[in-house]
Amino acid sequence: MNDPARFHLLLCAGGCCLSSGMASVRTALAAALAAHGLAEQVRVTATGCMGLCAQGPLLVVNPDGVCYCRLQAADMAELVRGHLVGGQVVERLLCPDPLTGAPVRALGDLDFYRRQRKVVLRNCGVVDPASLAEYEGRGGYQALRQALGKMTPAQVVEEVSHSGLRGRGGAGFPTGLKWAAVAKEPATPKYVVGNADEGDPGAFMDRSLLEGDPYSLIEAMTICGYAVGARQGYVYVRAEYPLAIERLEAAVATALAAGRLGPDIFGSGFGFTMAVRTGAGAFVCGEETALLHSIEGRRGEPHPKPPFPTAKGLFDQPTVLNNVETFANVPYILRHGAEQYRALGTRQSPGTKIFALAGNVVNNGLVEVPMGMSLREIVFDIGGGIPGGKMFKAVQIGGAAGGCLPIEQLDTPVTYEALPKAGAMMGSGGLLVLDEDTCMVDLARYFLEFLQEESCGKCTPCRLGIKAMRDILERICGGEGEEGDIGKLELLSDYLAQSALCGLGQAAPNNLLSTLRHFRVEYEEHIRRKHCRAGVCPALAPARAAGEEAR
Amino acid sequence: MAEPVTVPPPAAEPAAAFRELDAFLAHFPAELRTRTLLIPALQKAQELFGHLPPAVQRHVAAALGLTAGEVYGVATFYHYFHLQPQGRHVINVCLGTPCYVKGARGLLAALRRELGIDLGGTTPDRRFSLGCQRCVGACVLAPILIIDQKVHSYVTPKKLAAILAQYP
Repeated sequence: MNDPARFHLLLCAGGCCLSSGMASVRTALAAALAAHGLAEQVRVTATGCMGLCAQGPLLVVNPDGVCYCRLQAADMAELVRGHLVGGQVVERLLCPDPLTGAPVRALGDLDFYRRQRKVVLRNCGVVDPASLAEYEGRGGYQALRQALGKMTPAQVVEEVSHSGLRGRGGAGFPTGLKWAAVAKEPATPKYVVGNADEGDPGAFMDRSLLEGDPYSLIEAMTICGYAVGARQGYVYVRAEYPLAIERLEAAVATALAAGRLGPDIFGSGFGFTMAVRTGAGAFVCGEETALLHSIEGRRGEPHPKPPFPTAKGLFDQPTVLNNVETFANVPYILRHGAEQYRALGTRQSPGTKIFALAGNVVNNGLVEVPMGMSLREIVFDIGGGIPGGKMFKAVQIGGAAGGCLPIEQLDTPVTYEALPKAGAMMGSGGLLVLDEDTCMVDLARYFLEFLQEESCGKCTPCRLGIKAMRDILERICGGEGEEGDIGKLELLSDYLAQSALCGLGQAAPNNLLSTLRHFRVEYEEHIRRKHCRAGVCPALAPARAAGEEAR
Repeated sequence: MAEPVTVPPPAAEPAAAFRELDAFLAHFPAELRTRTLLIPALQKAQELFGHLPPAVQRHVAAALGLTAGEVYGVATFYHYFHLQPQGRHVINVCLGTPCYVKGARGLLAALRRELGIDLGGTTPDRRFSLGCQRCVGACVLAPILIIDQKVHSYVTPKKLAAILAQYP
């Protein structure tokens, strides 16, 4: 290293740390460094999400590896004077261990990090997301060089197939099969589309990846283009993510200027380019056919499959459509080989999964774990358990199409096979922890309200079925539930699952069904005793409702 | 790395806004000025005009070779497009699940009471419009409000008055 800097400071510039005041912290840091004449000796990098979002804004001092948390602009003079000038760690600003309260020096010393395995998030929180040089300094673009220089397109597809990678958007479809299907289509042009329409409430994996490591998506989509014979890619990012859009667009422009995208990449003769399209606020556009319609400038309504997008996708041409997280696995697979990748996770569900851990849990944040880890380890060992001495009630996994699992199911491993058996699904990665103050009937009502709002209205079962189910739940929560309501809900759920046009409608009853399965007693209390044990439903808990408006 | 800033007010002069919209579309080669540009064009138009009145929809339709009905169909499908003028500041309550379980419903009730308008409404003095978003991925900071582009974290009904006062 010919870097003259004595210290290298990493500032988390993920969306959450920015919202918690990182910009003013950075300004104060620059002023403090200048005041001590340290500007030359201290290198400062603004990185993507470090993961421990609830403790933000975060700052890491390297080479010492010391992490400071919950920083304010007023702390920076003391931090620079104490640590960088005086060589003393500023204990007051360290992260407290959630269990003992004792200050922890390095992020790696927290259970939150020790039990994670960062494969997809390998660069997130480490590199400057704008810097192509830093990305390449950590092995970026080796996978693409290797693919273009040493592998045929068929070998790339074969390696991805062999890795066992499955779609991280939730359905778990084998990625290699999808690529192989497009590769064998004779029609051209073909397209590669990245789905960053992360519409599930409580999910921020794709947002964090785009904000923290945009080049990994660009590299992966270029590899995919080479493998299947496509020369044009699109990334569809939801409009709710302005920072992710800004950083991805900047990275695409840099990659283009540096010849990492364009007509002749690394002198191989292979050309690939990319465009970013932003959504306009429609949950259904996460569904693949709806997303493609939206890129085409149409209403984001799904169409029946087949034809599948692999045969007739964007502009009716063969199209690979993968989730951002799925793509971000690909460079790792090519660099380290499918065998090494398969060593992570389980046989049927290889690799890692990123989860957005939120709700009533101590360590809210972004985590990546090997598949097969139990929900208990994620919620209690990594998440630190339930704050405020409250009781755990359920974990809601898989977003609007997912389900709620009770304490008895906490040993379920996170795999594509085990979660559906338990009555939930992997989903895209939202993992919401619920404590005793959550009413499961009201939560089921909430999801149906959400889905009714977001139904595109094209098919009748979804447009009217969800409303009929929601109406029953509104009655139950309003103290007017009747005997037989549960049976009606189950019947309607069955109709909807069998007859809706797309996944949004077919999966709409999932949260309701999982709460009926695991928390049926709460429904019976609402209907028969007109009682809401959590005190959430106002009509059923008059004594607490007056003071509970904040819930 | 700036903190999110307030969106500049829409252009007061419609003729200038139409010129800027045309300049935006002229960036793209003629063969691309078709339906595929419709959503980017409407996004740009809303940025310039603040909302999408019929004249603007017809202008976009003509520029892209579409019927006014096709443009209206798309403009009414997506939550982001507004056909009515918005207030100077747009308040969005996040109604994603993490915000919901941490109190977004109470926050929405307090906002309705405070502003005297419902979701989708605008105050008579045009100071605020009230809307909702279904998760912006800032779940760690729940419950949140997004005002213009700024995220306000851990908001409770008690903090509302002080937050709203920042937006004259």
